[in-house]
Amino acid sequence: MSPRTTTPQEVFLRGVWRENPVLIQLLGLCPALAVTNTVANSLAMGLATFFVLLGSSILVSLFKDLIPKEVRISAYILIIATFVTIADLVLNAVVPEIHKALGAFIALIVVNCMILGRQEAFASKQPLGRAVLDAMGTGVGFIIALLLMGTLREVLGYGSFLGIALFGPGFEPWIIMILPAGGFFALGFILLGFGWWTERKAQQPKGRRWMNEVTDAAAPPSGEAS
Amino acid sequence: MSDRMLPMANTDVSGSDAEPVATGGPDGTSAIRLVGTLAVAGALAGLAIVLVFQWTNPQIEAYRAEVLANAVTEVLAGADRYETVFVEEGTLTAAPAADTADLDRVYVGFGAGDLPVGVAIQGGEPGFQDVISLIFGFDPASGTLTGMKVLEHKETPGLGDKIERDSAFIRAFEGARSPLLGVKQARASGAAQEVVMITGATISSRAIVDIINHRLAELEGPVREYWSSLDRQSPGGSR
Amino acid sequence: MTDLLWILISAMLVNNFTLMLFLGLCPFMGVSSRVGTALRMGGANIFVLTITSLVASFLNAYILPWAPYLRLISFIVVIASLVQIVETVIKKVSPKLFRELGIFLPLITTNCAILGLAIFQTNKGYDALEGLFYAVGGGLGLTLALVLMASIREQTELVSVPAMARGMGLVLILAGSLSLAFMGFAGLFSS
Repeated sequence: MSPRTTTPQEVFLRGVWRENPVLIQLLGLCPALAVTNTVANSLAMGLATFFVLLGSSILVSLFKDLIPKEVRISAYILIIATFVTIADLVLNAVVPEIHKALGAFIALIVVNCMILGRQEAFASKQPLGRAVLDAMGTGVGFIIALLLMGTLREVLGYGSFLGIALFGPGFEPWIIMILPAGGFFALGFILLGFGWWTERKAQQPKGRRWMNEVTDAAAPPSGEAS
Repeated sequence: MSDRMLPMANTDVSGSDAEPVATGGPDGTSAIRLVGTLAVAGALAGLAIVLVFQWTNPQIEAYRAEVLANAVTEVLAGADRYETVFVEEGTLTAAPAADTADLDRVYVGFGAGDLPVGVAIQGGEPGFQDVISLIFGFDPASGTLTGMKVLEHKETPGLGDKIERDSAFIRAFEGARSPLLGVKQARASGAAQEVVMITGATISSRAIVDIINHRLAELEGPVREYWSSLDRQSPGGSR
Repeated sequence: MTDLLWILISAMLVNNFTLMLFLGLCPFMGVSSRVGTALRMGGANIFVLTITSLVASFLNAYILPWAPYLRLISFIVVIASLVQIVETVIKKVSPKLFRELGIFLPLITTNCAILGLAIFQTNKGYDALEGLFYAVGGGLGLTLALVLMASIREQTELVSVPAMARGMGLVLILAGSLSLAFMGFAGLFSS
């Protein structure tokens, strides 16, 4: 683990792809599987989580010196729960239909391992700027992962994208994809795809740079210190 | 709470960027400081939430009322407004003594000339997958239904969810006489009590019929009683 | 009485917490490789779920009507403290049990299943007894899913799995199949 200075871009991009919280680290699976049956729901959940992640990272980073380390987890959870409650209320007031579709899973953002993990690992130890970048990167990565699954499930399961029908009336939707089992299958197939990709990369000594990132992500990331 | 609270399935999140910029608090922090920090944090959190709540609550309540109003007007043809009437000890009353939050209720719809047009009743019971929640309109004068609307369900998409999408099924409830009878096929005689079940969604359709029958068994008496008292009071005379 | 039975069976099979409602996935993915571990994790969960259900009923009935918007915060704070207390109590009462269970308890706090139970129970408007049956049913269902997955995974270690499916890819596909299988329980109680 040789220390290497991480640039701000790397701090941001790391959360988006190389250490994508859902696809690589497999955190926050509860919402990722539960609400991704349509793209609209995936987007709403992704944005709500992004808001909570960003907000709590900012507060944790700002107050890291004031929070005694013995109670830091409780404090983080309190901060996260506050943001989640606010997000819940605002969603209910502004887009009540989507709020109803997401249901209890908005509240479950609180126990999304990803958020608490970022506070503990990063935001509590970094200055505000980098904490914000990390939160945004992870948040964007989360949104991308959710959109990927939502697209897969809505296109196959409803034959539409964001409610707009893509195929003609003759299309027989693959209902499984919008059932709970479909959530498991969708993520499973995506991971299978990654696995296949990694295997191919491992067999070819000369890979393209973007393939490298996936391989690196499949192996434990080496520690980097700023 | 201890460090071990961090939940990790199979990855180590804390690996990267491990060099801290600043640690939190002096070592051996006093209990007062620990509790104090949490108390302050809690108070601020509570304050923030209360503020957002005050700001958003009116909209949330307005939407809820709108959804209910739409549902009532949909199942009671010709209703412009509704009044909530509570069920207290077997009778209907608009001004109950007990806390209304715990009481069962029905919605009396009023239409043209502010005359009562029917009573909307909500009900919910387990269907195929989970509880089906619906609202139906009932005309106590003729003993027939005026409409049915599924409010919430978790039935299987493509199969059970036809209870929401099959318009023929939904329309069958208009004019159906209580108590309802679920049948597999429409008979030529077509008694007013019969409602044809949806093929492939028999259990869900039957659940709907059961919900309505159970609610009417429970409430038809009190509703008729209240209805006749309404008639005497309405300015335009009885219907 | 049949209502309570429906609540229990529904939470356990028809609307299984893990395979249908996606609660408790962190332990499901991480702890389900050995049947023994899975059983212990499931047991710990049932225990915490039951207590949480009772506490949630209490909070909903007496404290929260004044401030419904503080529901989430109070739930999560109570759950976290509860787990801490349970951990300390077990450590004192039965060190042996603590050695077997102890590592799981902190994992349970951020487990969606516990908070999820409290919230679902509230949304469904269950009273204390109904909530209890719901929690037990849900916990049993979670344990069932964990044990099933563990027994399958123990078997897969004996066969050759294609390289691309190793790890979580396979687990998710298996979970999807289990979820499909559990869909067969729907309609269990209808006439």
